[in-house]
Amino acid sequence: MDKGRINESAPYAVEMRHITKVFPGIVANDDITLQLRRGEIHALLGENGAGKSTLMSVLFGLYQPEGGEIYKDGEKVTINDPNDANALGIGMVHQHFKLVDVFTVLDNIILGTEPSTLGFLRKKEARKKVMRLSEEYGLNVDPDALVEDITVGMQQRTEILKMLYRDNEILIFDEPTAVLTPQEITELMGIIRGLAAEGKSILFISHKLNEIMEIADRCTVLRKGKYVGTVNISETSKEELSSMMVGRGVKFAVDKDEAKPADTILSIEHLSVKSRIHKKLAVKDVSLEVRSGEIVCIAGIDGNGQSEFVGALSGLEKCEPGSRIVLNGEDVTKKSIRYKNTHGVSHIPEDRHKHGLILDYTLEQNMVLQRYFEPRFQHGGFIKFDEVRGYAEGLIDKYDVRSGQGPLTPARGMSGGNQQKAIIARELDRDHDLLIAVQPTRGLDVGAIEFVHEQIVASRDSGSAVLLVSLELEEVMNLSDRILVMYEGEIVGEFDPKKTTVQELGLYMAGAKRQNGAEGGEAE
Amino acid sequence: MIFLLQKTLIFTIPLLIVALAGMYAERSGIINIALDGIMIFGAFSGALCALLLRRTPFFVDHNQLTFVIAMAVAAVSGALFSLLLSFSAIKLKADQTIGGTALNMLAPAIALFFIKVFFFKDQLEMVPAANSEGKVVDFGYVIQNKDMNPVLSIFFDKAYISTFIALAIFILLSVLIYKTKTGLRLRACGEHPQAAASVGIEVNRMRYLGTTVSGALAGFGGYVYIATVANGQATGAVAGMGFLALAIMIFGNWKPLGIALGALFFGFLKCLGVIYDQLSVTINGKEIYFLKELNLPMYFYNLIPYVAVLLVLAFTSKRSRAPKAEGIPYDKGMR
Repeated sequence: MDKGRINESAPYAVEMRHITKVFPGIVANDDITLQLRRGEIHALLGENGAGKSTLMSVLFGLYQPEGGEIYKDGEKVTINDPNDANALGIGMVHQHFKLVDVFTVLDNIILGTEPSTLGFLRKKEARKKVMRLSEEYGLNVDPDALVEDITVGMQQRTEILKMLYRDNEILIFDEPTAVLTPQEITELMGIIRGLAAEGKSILFISHKLNEIMEIADRCTVLRKGKYVGTVNISETSKEELSSMMVGRGVKFAVDKDEAKPADTILSIEHLSVKSRIHKKLAVKDVSLEVRSGEIVCIAGIDGNGQSEFVGALSGLEKCEPGSRIVLNGEDVTKKSIRYKNTHGVSHIPEDRHKHGLILDYTLEQNMVLQRYFEPRFQHGGFIKFDEVRGYAEGLIDKYDVRSGQGPLTPARGMSGGNQQKAIIARELDRDHDLLIAVQPTRGLDVGAIEFVHEQIVASRDSGSAVLLVSLELEEVMNLSDRILVMYEGEIVGEFDPKKTTVQELGLYMAGAKRQNGAEGGEAE
Repeated sequence: MIFLLQKTLIFTIPLLIVALAGMYAERSGIINIALDGIMIFGAFSGALCALLLRRTPFFVDHNQLTFVIAMAVAAVSGALFSLLLSFSAIKLKADQTIGGTALNMLAPAIALFFIKVFFFKDQLEMVPAANSEGKVVDFGYVIQNKDMNPVLSIFFDKAYISTFIALAIFILLSVLIYKTKTGLRLRACGEHPQAAASVGIEVNRMRYLGTTVSGALAGFGGYVYIATVANGQATGAVAGMGFLALAIMIFGNWKPLGIALGALFFGFLKCLGVIYDQLSVTINGKEIYFLKELNLPMYFYNLIPYVAVLLVLAFTSKRSRAPKAEGIPYDKGMR
């Protein structure tokens, strides 16, 4: 790595000293110090809820800290709002992009710092500057496209251009890779290196260790709102970072025994599903079986029919005529969602906010969403609140769901990892023969991922059939007993994880190869 | 034909301005369902102002000036009245539809109350206006020219001064929202206030601006409506023009050009309901009042614009795209 670009003798580009930020009931940042050198890529690592975002919001002027000081180039500064931060050359790419969908890329870039004469926009001038920056840093964007029409990758490049347009020197990236495809991630890494080479100082927030090891010079680790330490990446390892982050050793490989597939639980015959968006077939004539005691994984690039496929299984989408879904020998194609739920299907949905939880309900209400009508929880139509409370407390205990007010916490106020734990607790605690888990570890940190994987394996070992849909190849390789690759709504290959490689799977996922008669057949 | 177009223009102008009023509020993120109420309030204050001014001899002989001042007063009072909505919606984060409905109920009550208490009547009448010699003059007409070229006469015969002012304002504000810094920022606040805030824009300030402009326009529109369409009478109602304008705004997809088309279309229908029995064609030297001869009840024609609203909205609602953040109180902490 090109260490020459980092100026170690000059004062820190940004130094946050002893920052403390308290929210009602929680100390989000407790005496945290962060020192960013000029030209450095500095990673900020921590689990969900460790206080990374809070710290960056303090730096960006969104929150005022209760204690501590911020220094810019050795001088003490106060940052009261994003305008102050901008004036100091601090810019941020937020995890959820702050872009206006119906504006063009150009309008989004200039918004807030528009060049104008008597209030009238001087767009030509702005466009020139954007195009120059775009070329200089290799940030390919179409300035006249509407944001809603462009890819996530281009949206992110728009966000980066927003910072460059404002001549920001300190660039904060908040979990920038969470929404990108592997190719886009590679591209982003190149861009970030380029920015650092130009002398920009970069704060890179992440909980993905591989990325940090790949790109960062130094890494500051936070845990539960506290400062754990700052290490040079060249002198550390993934294992050390993860134990700093979680506070204990973490296993990266999933511990599991050989699968012992037994009876067929789920059998899908000729399933076709139409897409809601373009009304064409999103799933085309898929047939497969899942047996008890095995984890079957559907791998594929996002948008190849996985969502529609799972939607049809759970009952959220309609199947085309001729499709048949058989559960435990019974045709459930036309059965209601509740019927499936009460007859052995548990489902960890892809979008936990949309389909997993009612965000404005409390944790305990969410815990009994599929069970409130059982005699155990109601009598004559009246909910037995004590029973619900007790049940929820039991689950919270067993699955270590952490929240501010226990069973009474609104789901919206919980961290992503704990929301997911709550869903897993609810789904796994119900009697189930089939577990459908869709991207169960999306957006979770290593500690939580380990937990989710353990639970899924435990479910398998207790005799469930598990159908896993995942976009993360590492997870696919680690967790599954059998891999099916889905490409454009079809199963194009079946693999044994022990006998295949990520590269081979990638070829099938991209549609470059397919097995003949792959559907339902065993691959050799 | 010329007569029909002239009349259509007169009906179009208040709809155009009030629909633009709705657009300004909603583009900034505030649903302004109170357009109707603000119109009523503006109409009342405008008429009141005109009547009070006429007590001074100077203004009795300067009809146009009276007209314009009353118009300005209507706009200002509309803007002030709309502060009730923006304060409840922005500062108190109240539900905007309910706040707007409250204004809609409040406005006619206030107007009628004061009319009854101070004038012992059910309405304020601005016309007929007489000058100091007792001669009745047309109130608000800038130009009266019967011998004009027929095409020009659409705009310039029996034309109200408010028509030109309204058109100028419409063009000015349409340009403002698309070509200026303020316009860009205002639109950002209606779509994604968090994004706007992250680049240092004061969302609440922009929303106050949008609603206040909206209130001024609606008050102005209300006055124009009673002065040009409703025979100069301010009562506690504007015949649902505010709601019609809302529908036009939706039909126009929250864009000035669409709003202009919608206002013209509904202005035409609305006008048809009033003048259907005066429309004639000349065939073989004989004038035929073709709509009158159909012998349909008057109510049928009065009904047309409102039925058209239902139909048009039913068919266009699929492609309509409201500002994404409208109706949602801005919360700094939300992402």
